[in-house]
Amino acid sequence: MNRIEALLQKKKDPILSIYYTAGYPSLQDTIPILQSLSDAGVDLVEIGIPYSDPMADGPTIQQSGTEAIANGMTLRVLLDQLQSVRSRLEIPIILMGYLNQLMQFGIEDFLKLARKNGVDGLIIPDLPMDIYEKEYLTLFAKYEMPVVFLITPQTSPERIRKIDQLSQGFIYMVSDASITGAKSMISQSQLDYFERIAALGLQTPVITGFGISDAETFQTASRYSRGAIIGSAFIKSLDSKNLAQSVKSFIASIRS
Amino acid sequence: MNYAVDENGFYGEFGGAFVPEMLHSNIETLRSSYLDITGTPTFQNKFRSLLKDYVGRPSPLYFATRLSQAHGCQIYLKREDLNHTGSHKINNTIGQILLAKELGKTRIIAETGAGQHGVATATVCALMGLECVVHMGVVDIARQSPNVARMRMLGAKVIPSRSGSQTLKDATNEAIRDWISHPVETHYIIGSVVGPHPYPDMVARFQSVISEEMRWQLKEHTGRENPDAIVACVGGGSNAAGAFYHYLDQDEVRFVAVEAAGLGIDSGESAATSVLGTRGIIHGSRTLLMQTDDGQITEPYSISAGLDYPGIGPLHAHLLSTARAEAVSVTDQEALDAALRLTRLEGIIPALETAHAFSALDKIKFNETDVVVVSLSGRGDKDLDTYIKNLPIDE
Repeated sequence: MNRIEALLQKKKDPILSIYYTAGYPSLQDTIPILQSLSDAGVDLVEIGIPYSDPMADGPTIQQSGTEAIANGMTLRVLLDQLQSVRSRLEIPIILMGYLNQLMQFGIEDFLKLARKNGVDGLIIPDLPMDIYEKEYLTLFAKYEMPVVFLITPQTSPERIRKIDQLSQGFIYMVSDASITGAKSMISQSQLDYFERIAALGLQTPVITGFGISDAETFQTASRYSRGAIIGSAFIKSLDSKNLAQSVKSFIASIRS
Repeated sequence: MNYAVDENGFYGEFGGAFVPEMLHSNIETLRSSYLDITGTPTFQNKFRSLLKDYVGRPSPLYFATRLSQAHGCQIYLKREDLNHTGSHKINNTIGQILLAKELGKTRIIAETGAGQHGVATATVCALMGLECVVHMGVVDIARQSPNVARMRMLGAKVIPSRSGSQTLKDATNEAIRDWISHPVETHYIIGSVVGPHPYPDMVARFQSVISEEMRWQLKEHTGRENPDAIVACVGGGSNAAGAFYHYLDQDEVRFVAVEAAGLGIDSGESAATSVLGTRGIIHGSRTLLMQTDDGQITEPYSISAGLDYPGIGPLHAHLLSTARAEAVSVTDQEALDAALRLTRLEGIIPALETAHAFSALDKIKFNETDVVVVSLSGRGDKDLDTYIKNLPIDE
């Protein structure tokens, strides 16, 4: 069974998922951060493939991506770094990146290598569901590579039903009309939206992301969905001089 | 060969709408309604009457006697520089502001490079009393300061884009992020035939008034509707799309798309997408774009802020890849020289973007009887600083 599905079946407590950018703060930090997250008991990780034009991302992720690219991170380097990881770590790994990078790499070559190196799923924010279904689904299925789709407060109920059919592993519920970035609180209109989604009784588990930054927002989001994803706040907390410790304290602050 | 957009928003293999879910609802609303709304007689009447009385259309088609002699062919200039606000950009913003009002939007955002689209957007927002926010790269704010001042006087808020190369590409990213964060009340007026479907088709239709007029104007001048060639500069490609539009299926009309070579195609400082670009996705559209082997979009370079874009609209990618259009690249220096030549021969100071189109006349062999239309897309007031710094103009 896929590691993401296994996690969602087994785990009863809220799922804590962390997003971070590959190759940041330093090129060789990708795997040490992964190790620290696994040691700290994080359930799921999303590794961002740094991109020059990440249109859905806020300043923190943009900046980490710019620095990672300057550090020499590429999709090929990232896949190389992941090569030996499955001999040591079982934590489910999702790669998150924009379609242009995968096209340049060659979609099939990418799927083959990602599969081989232990990647459990993909999030491709600018790959719309309809184009995925028409042009890519067969290829992704051939390499048994799950794709997680997003829903937002503007996504219509009919479209959510369709995403429920198509999304594999979980549905990524974008918490608000926004780009990525830490926010300090969750508003009433967001709670209404969380409730509306929870009431749909979707077959695919829902995990919340965007604007989740601390223990409080994590707990609130987890009351309405299976868990939450923290990205920008985690990236900001990384201390390049004491990486392992900074990861450990951040996760402890969320779990407290 | 069919050059119209298909029902899924593609021109051949190019186009589509590769947008994150956050924008799906807005894009879908536009896609399902733009033809219905813009097709009604009420809309068309408003659009046509504003183009006539507010923009000053039809723009003249002028036979350039001395330029024709210099190049040994019959050159006509389509005078989009004489439009209100000084370029073709206003044709599109008039159309989109009327559409935004129909959609009940109250806040308008735009990206701008040279500032011509920003000014055209700020203008129609003032006209309609709507809030206006223009995203503009920090580098462009510095090199196009007269247009920044105009936008501010018109009541627009100009937000400096500080990411990436701080030019048009990044201003577009910031405008998209703004739209993601304000999806309900905001309409994004994209300034060129780029972005996700239906923008390339919608903007091309609004700009198609250029070639619609060319047909009857040419007939008056020459007795026939079709020229032998149309020459236009291409950044994203909106003036070219408008000038080509009604001739797309007339194979005998030659299309010349003029790109900015910057310091030279092989210099590493260029914006010549048709030569340097490969297939990929930029700003929600599958098209040709300049990128690294790793799929990072390259920072382009041109002296002209309006051509400083690493992609081209999907229609142009299709026209070039099917050889319906040919691309010519023009360097900074060649464009500067062409601007001075047009000024001295015809008494018209063109925008730097447009100057690239005039330089292409040196690179193509025309017969003496050939009728060539150059799209004179904008006037050069905004570029005077650059001209004075770079041209041998006596005190």
